[in-house]
Amino acid sequence: MGSYEISTPLTKEKVENLKAGDTVYISGTIYTARDAAHLRLVESMNNGESLPFDLKDSIIYYVGPAPAKPGKVIGSAGPTTSYRMDDLTVPLLESGLTGMIGKGKRNTIVIESMKKNKGVYFAATGGAGALIASSIKESEIIAYEDLGAEAVRKLKVYRFPAIVVIDCEGNNLYETEREKYRK
Amino acid sequence: MRILDVEKIQSSVKELCVRANYYLSEDVMNAFNESIGREESPIGREVISQLIENAKIAKEEQMPICQDTGMVVVFVELGQKVSLAGGPISEAINQGVRDAYKEAYLRKSVVADPLIRENTKDNTPAIIYYDIVPGDKVKITIAPKGFGSENMSKIKMLKPSDGIDGVIDFVVDTVSQAGPNPCPPIVVGVGIGGTMDKSAVLAKKALTRSIGSKNEKDHLRELEKTLLEKINNLGIGPQGLGGNTTALSVHVEAFATHIAGLPVAVNINCHAARHEEVIL
Repeated sequence: MGSYEISTPLTKEKVENLKAGDTVYISGTIYTARDAAHLRLVESMNNGESLPFDLKDSIIYYVGPAPAKPGKVIGSAGPTTSYRMDDLTVPLLESGLTGMIGKGKRNTIVIESMKKNKGVYFAATGGAGALIASSIKESEIIAYEDLGAEAVRKLKVYRFPAIVVIDCEGNNLYETEREKYRK
Repeated sequence: MRILDVEKIQSSVKELCVRANYYLSEDVMNAFNESIGREESPIGREVISQLIENAKIAKEEQMPICQDTGMVVVFVELGQKVSLAGGPISEAINQGVRDAYKEAYLRKSVVADPLIRENTKDNTPAIIYYDIVPGDKVKITIAPKGFGSENMSKIKMLKPSDGIDGVIDFVVDTVSQAGPNPCPPIVVGVGIGGTMDKSAVLAKKALTRSIGSKNEKDHLRELEKTLLEKINNLGIGPQGLGGNTTALSVHVEAFATHIAGLPVAVNINCHAARHEEVIL
């Protein structure tokens, strides 16, 4: 289990070097999208419309941040539970998405697509929204402003802390670590 | 009769909402500090130390511990010798919620209709339960509930013959299936008995008890202990990344039920376990 600094864009070559259990600090540009934004992204793709950001080698962070106080970049901004995006994830991986940050389980359909398309799933610490907010340096709403907390934001992050939970070979830290401590 | 202006309830609800979201309560912080010494997994210890650090940052910066500032659940115990003045109490409570979520920059996470799903933009309405009790005081307990953990909750109508073993299996299985999703270390509220709805409310109310508090009845206290041990033996650990700190506390509440039934509800709370109360 290594510790790596990674920068965006997250190319497939970078993905292949990451293994379940690695600690990473992500720097660069990432995009936020959760339930309602995923529905709209996939709808747009189905209708042949252009997306608010280029999916190739991109990272999506499943988050609906709390509002920023005056003078602050963002409010509390920890991950939301990822399985709710499972049914809408494969088309994004097929179109170039390489990284997802969230918390909690993914289904086998998503994991198979990650193996096929070279994607990686990171977990950020759920509930550590104030801590994580300190690694977010800029935030700009780029689409679906009407969705409020669920709007798509472009974030500039510096040393965003996460753990590789499922790598592009399908190794799953949630399963392997739990086995070690089961009594 | 004692006359109480609902304005007082409104301002209390506002204050409790802000406090519950900005400050990790002392009982949870104590539980973190205790569990970090017991946790076997290095990743687990790292996660708990992040959560402690997170709570410090939230307090210093006056920002929410977690971005999911929840849907507000309110338990009102209204003394029957109190006469409320100044308008409808439910409106006062909702106004308190509205003020807190707007002025303290808390996230608005409520949609007006579960199918149309348009955000109400002020985090109302709250879920309010009223109990009429003896006396001339009003006790207000609020629990802003995040849905990462709420979504992992379950209810089951067991048969009387399933007994205590059936209850244990259902609770442990519910936590096991939830795995990393509800942000462990979790707090588990269990409601046993009553009707279907009553068991769910008992489970929710159990979550408002302090971490580590114990049921007064021997058999239920014993059940809490058994459940906590079995849950922490599942190996899930902090954030589901392995370890023996899966739950900080299990709270069981029970009520009379029908000869044909054994309802059991399991309500899961994340480690933020927000709960605040005031007596007016």
